[in-house]
Amino acid sequence: MVVNAKVFDLDRENTWCPGCGNFAILEVLKSTLAEMGLSPHQVLVVSGIGQAGKMPQHFRTNTMHVLHGRTLPVATGASLATDRLKIIAVGGDGDGYAEGGNHLIHAVRRNIDVTCMVHNNMIYGLTKGQASPTSGKGAQTPTTPDGNPLAGLNPILFLLGLKASFIARSFAGDKEQLGGILEKALQKPGFAFVDILQPCPSFNKVNTFKWFQERVYDINEEGHDPGDFVEAFKLAQEWGDRIPTGIFFDDQEERPGFREALLGKKYQPLVEAELNPLDITEIMEKHS
Amino acid sequence: MADFHDYSIKIGGEAGQGINTIGDILSKSFAGQGLHLYAYQDYYSRVRGGHNFYQVRVASFPLYSFSDQLEVLIALDEASLDLHSGEMKPDGVIIYDQDMIKREEQIPNSLALPMAKLGKEHGGKSVMGNTVAAGAVWQIMGGEPDVLENTLSKLFQNKGSKITDANIKAARAGADFALDNFSGKCAFSIEKAEYTGNMVLTGNEALALGAMAAGCRFLSSYPMTPASGVMQYMARQAKLLPLAFEQAEDEIAAINMSIGAANTGLRSMVATSGSGFSLMVEGLSFAGSSETPIVIILGQRPGPATGMATRTEQGELLFSVYSGNGEFPRAIFAPVTAEDAFWTTVHAFNVAEKYQVPVFILSDQHLADSSYTVKPFDLSAVAIERGNILDAAELNQMAEYKRYQITESGISPRAFPGQSKHCVVVAGNEHKESGYSTEDPEIRNQMVDKRMRKFKTLAEEIKPPVSYGSSKPETLLLTWGSSYGACREAVDIANQESEKLQVVHLPQLWPFPTNQVLEFISQANRLVTVEMNSTGQLGRLLRSETGIQPDHAVLKYDGRPMNANYVLAPFAKGGVFPW
Repeated sequence: MVVNAKVFDLDRENTWCPGCGNFAILEVLKSTLAEMGLSPHQVLVVSGIGQAGKMPQHFRTNTMHVLHGRTLPVATGASLATDRLKIIAVGGDGDGYAEGGNHLIHAVRRNIDVTCMVHNNMIYGLTKGQASPTSGKGAQTPTTPDGNPLAGLNPILFLLGLKASFIARSFAGDKEQLGGILEKALQKPGFAFVDILQPCPSFNKVNTFKWFQERVYDINEEGHDPGDFVEAFKLAQEWGDRIPTGIFFDDQEERPGFREALLGKKYQPLVEAELNPLDITEIMEKHS
Repeated sequence: MADFHDYSIKIGGEAGQGINTIGDILSKSFAGQGLHLYAYQDYYSRVRGGHNFYQVRVASFPLYSFSDQLEVLIALDEASLDLHSGEMKPDGVIIYDQDMIKREEQIPNSLALPMAKLGKEHGGKSVMGNTVAAGAVWQIMGGEPDVLENTLSKLFQNKGSKITDANIKAARAGADFALDNFSGKCAFSIEKAEYTGNMVLTGNEALALGAMAAGCRFLSSYPMTPASGVMQYMARQAKLLPLAFEQAEDEIAAINMSIGAANTGLRSMVATSGSGFSLMVEGLSFAGSSETPIVIILGQRPGPATGMATRTEQGELLFSVYSGNGEFPRAIFAPVTAEDAFWTTVHAFNVAEKYQVPVFILSDQHLADSSYTVKPFDLSAVAIERGNILDAAELNQMAEYKRYQITESGISPRAFPGQSKHCVVVAGNEHKESGYSTEDPEIRNQMVDKRMRKFKTLAEEIKPPVSYGSSKPETLLLTWGSSYGACREAVDIANQESEKLQVVHLPQLWPFPTNQVLEFISQANRLVTVEMNSTGQLGRLLRSETGIQPDHAVLKYDGRPMNANYVLAPFAKGGVFPW
């Protein structure tokens, strides 16, 4: 059943800059959730710190607005407690690839039942324009005044190296592609990762809307089969005049999610198990 | 009652030689014989080699600390003889592994035991030599063979009857060898008492049992001595309960996982030590701001940094009081024994949820690794108080739900995502009642005041200080945590002549029990603080909360626990006790 996307609307002042890619991402997420028949109370958005992290401030749903970089551990705990929520972790490139890099590795390893959206604008927006882990070599920012001496991280290649169960890249300027990818990611059991390229009109004067628009192309339209893991590696290495977007990898093999791996089917959802001190009687008796 | 029927036995050897096996067999057998015990483990941060020991003290009354003198020494290496022979009492017996220790002359009152040989012959493997040693010692001390064999059956139950039988044969071989070859006297003679069904529990096991009894549903932690024992124990039992343990990638992830689980409705906990907790501090502050109930077991060991991994200290008192950016309420408890650790943990979960605050349990290596005899817990007395949580029916009748509703007590009704039609907004940023961010100065003040009102409410339910000894003492020993055991025995020793000494320990250190402490201090002539750190942290906290400066501080920070003699030593200098 399709839900009216307006149920996700929240009447609050929005502080994003005009032209920010976040507007489009938010709009697409709301309409995708509605099309999937999800209501606000069935969704939990765990967001970090940054302009992307502010997303659930503009969107009616269950929210944990947590520390910078810590969306995935918080989402891990929540996803273990219940299977009744569609859980989305949202953050920017600082959240996902700097502060939270270690957690990203282990969220993949655990295969938590979470969709991870990284709004990747290749710059730190909220703190006014410093370099990010995905800023390109030579990018001039307040913290790299002579140009970034380092090359940017390639998140897709990184996630492929970890063999996450679902790996995609989209562009905030292509709402149709983004909506399709988000829907597949949200439907994917286990960990689904979506890197979303977006312009930062205030601070990233190089990787602009136009810059992305001229370069992005859809790998699936050009025939890439998301089941082809080896081909995905080849495609992921492209970055320059052409930037590949779409679903790089969608693992066709079933793997157990974190909750199932840890608990089996026995106590689901854990949050509904009654608290009974007598449960430890047998354990205690072993000590006498 | 200081040393009547009060015996100590030490097992010394290298890491990996099996001193824990011998220690565990004997500890459980003493408990099986109806005796009380206190056992302490001293070990290095290494897997093989070094010199470790396991010291068991046994008596017909409850024990809280260890003795400096030994009735029995089981030496598995040369170092054990070199280091501990001087601790022997007259008539003390030394049992040693004759393969490891070569002596031309007979050591007085000793038994040279061919451990590996007898182990192989009777138990099938040379490693059974440990059970041989336990059997020999048990025989020399006059223990009942049935009790020892019953212990072995229980200990090896999970490994099958073959292994159990092999161990029983090895123990019998040790006993027979001792009967034939030991002609000395043994100062340690087991007095039979009525079997009481007492458990033998370490501090760590008691903390874990307490958490499980309290309905802890999730433990996320990163291994770190001395807290790993809590994780390993709970991980082992998790399959029997609706309980999940996850070994996090680091302590940052650990506390944030627990925060996620707690805000989705699970009773959640982390266990760590000082430097691991350092990584958790940002998460602690988030728990403070987002009003997330979590329990933090902080098993202290000497710092700074990695310090001494397997040693003990009480160096994190002020850190736990003041850690975290910004100001927010918290509660800090410090159990003194394994039994206390169980009930403290149950209480900690209730406090965390009732007040929606992070709660600390300060343990240390001494408490974590020491074994105590404990009467089985009355589980029907475990009260689970979850505080103000709305149920789905209540929520569905409400037009609006606000996670941070401003109330007189400062406590807002809780709800969880997915529980009802309402959305729950949890935030670390300063927020409105709804949970959405704000920088409005008026709301900021209201929210700070709301959170700090919980601190006042929390202070009304403080766990009162516990006193032992004289009620109008010459000297009041003020202490906390595992140092209580040494102080309590110091009181027993000092008060044999006249009632002059009192010990007061603080089961709850934060909110600080100011009024109750002042009351005790007003009755005493002298105030001495006793704790395991170099700067007198309890003394400093006392001064900051009450303005009172202790007259003297007994401190220890060499990484080894204190006992009664250590507490009394400064007063005994020059032969004059000041009380």
